[in-house]
Amino acid sequence: MSLLEIEDLKVTFTTADGDVNAVNGVSFHIDKGETLAIVGESGSGKSQTAFATMGLLARNGRATGKARFDGQDLLQMSQREFNAIRSKDIAMIFQDPMTSLNPYLKVSDQMAEVLMLHKGIGKSQAVSESAQMLDAVRIPDARARITMYPHEFSGGMRQRIMIAMSLLCQPRLLIADEPTTALDVTVQAQIMQLLGDIRQDFGTAVILITHDLGVVAGFCDRTLVMYGGQVMEEGSTDDIFATPAHPYTSGLLRAVPRLDREMGELMTIAGEPPDMSNLPTGCPFSPRCAVSLDHCRNQRPAMETTGNRRRACHLPASEVV
Amino acid sequence: MDALLSVRNLSVTFDVAKPGAWPWTPPRKLHAVSEVSFDLKPGECLGIVGESGSGKSTLARAIVGTIPSSGGNIFFEGADLANMDTRERRVHRRDVQMIFQDPLAALNPRMTVGEIIAEPLITHEPNTPRAEVKKRVGVLMERVGLLPNLINRYPHEFSGGQCQRIGIARALILKPKLIICDEPVSALDVSVQAQVINLLMELQRDMGLSMIFIAHDLSVVKHISDRTLVLYLGRVMELANSRKLTTLPEHPYTQALIASVPIPDPVLERARPRPVLEGELPSPLSPPSGCVFRTRCPKAQASCADARPVLEDIGSDHLVACPFHEAEHVLAVGS
Repeated sequence: MSLLEIEDLKVTFTTADGDVNAVNGVSFHIDKGETLAIVGESGSGKSQTAFATMGLLARNGRATGKARFDGQDLLQMSQREFNAIRSKDIAMIFQDPMTSLNPYLKVSDQMAEVLMLHKGIGKSQAVSESAQMLDAVRIPDARARITMYPHEFSGGMRQRIMIAMSLLCQPRLLIADEPTTALDVTVQAQIMQLLGDIRQDFGTAVILITHDLGVVAGFCDRTLVMYGGQVMEEGSTDDIFATPAHPYTSGLLRAVPRLDREMGELMTIAGEPPDMSNLPTGCPFSPRCAVSLDHCRNQRPAMETTGNRRRACHLPASEVV
Repeated sequence: MDALLSVRNLSVTFDVAKPGAWPWTPPRKLHAVSEVSFDLKPGECLGIVGESGSGKSTLARAIVGTIPSSGGNIFFEGADLANMDTRERRVHRRDVQMIFQDPLAALNPRMTVGEIIAEPLITHEPNTPRAEVKKRVGVLMERVGLLPNLINRYPHEFSGGQCQRIGIARALILKPKLIICDEPVSALDVSVQAQVINLLMELQRDMGLSMIFIAHDLSVVKHISDRTLVLYLGRVMELANSRKLTTLPEHPYTQALIASVPIPDPVLERARPRPVLEGELPSPLSPPSGCVFRTRCPKAQASCADARPVLEDIGSDHLVACPFHEAEHVLAVGS
């Protein structure tokens, strides 16, 4: 049985300008110890998918569908039931480590809180366990630095603290929302290596949400490509990169310059990222798609599955270049 | 003189007060850019890469003149911009224009697109007839891929990619000789990035512009620039032809930087050796003695702490600031 199974997830925000459908019927699953990438641009609904799964939607947001974790439906849970699971079984790390750590609390206090709540242990023991975890994410001199405040650390160190905090209860699933976007490449390499080690040591399943195809290539077993709140295609990372079966994926892969290649002129995807309050009734990518057919705009393509790959496109896979 | 721009030993220093110090305590000096030298030929594109805090934006701002330099020269067509008074400098400002990172923040929200693009023209050529200004704005908007009928719209009505096009049009209206782009695509979505990169390369080619392209993304810099300069803590580590720099880097820092850049190809990416650079950028307030990179350098030796390494030419315009430099294939080059 898969660890997390999302079925037909829809997220809608009620705003003064009408409803905004951020996620439109997304389904996927992740197995124990697996790494899954959710790739997409701004407005693709990748972060809202994660927030809905974690029960962290903004007040004006509603999630419908199913999100089964260990057989329990997360979307039906009360806050109280959710609090027992969050950070214990599922943990999340966010893009900006400064805004997700509490600036008023010492690192030791915010970390110990997690352990005291979930494991019911005393403060001094919780702090010493936290220090061990900081050691594990390679923060030098962890014992002394645990009493410092978040602002006293650099960006990379703060992200390590976030990772350490999310691992305290050894969750079975870690959702990382753009964990390295705010960091420099050399620090990004350190953090990704750390996440890889953690996955091996603890057997944690990781959902990596990102727009960076390079990071995905090095880290994830499977890749899910999202656009306009819908899944465009899914498959093993090797397959997706070698033979993209959706015009959006292939366009994305050819739009990024590569260090190891001479590219000539970059292929572009015309137009701008989608306006979520005004999506076409058909395929959300159709207004920007270079090979769209007549009925693409009005008819939403069905998800077709072949082997371990899925895709949603009217154009036959063999014709996607 | 064949270079359009010659930067010689340029330094930029900021005064930083010690936290909690008395107001009369002399401030500490932060060397954001330290003795940087390079040449830029007409029509050439020079890329500048470095991590945050490496001084790349400060260098750009010093060349444009929005930050005073504290030493060295900036020769632009033979005239030294760094040691010129404001009035003299104003004459040259029109020839050096800048494009900024945050496309929306760089545009005045209370001005229409037409006013924003026309402003430099009206400032530098106040006698241009209205109709002529409007015509030039319209032509330029079309050139950068904006519909001219959007001329009366305000910046918030545009997406990030379109705002960046407005910024590009504003920079080009005076027909400058040099454009400095400070992270022009890093705030944009991947699919829009390529559009802006292609536009910049096309404009550079067609208008014969010289360009300084600053970014932290080495893949983008390599794609767009003829030569690349690697900065670390305000100092030049390496300067070479972009293709050569990425395939056969000489400086240990460049090698580490390239090794850190992920490549969107799962097979190649997993096979790559990954010597991850330990630690983070040291504080620019108290940089290490000698070579500033030695604290993180895998090849550091005792002598590295003694003297600042000279930027030496190792042949065919390849400059390296490391006595122990050694060419190394860091990339497994794809087919």
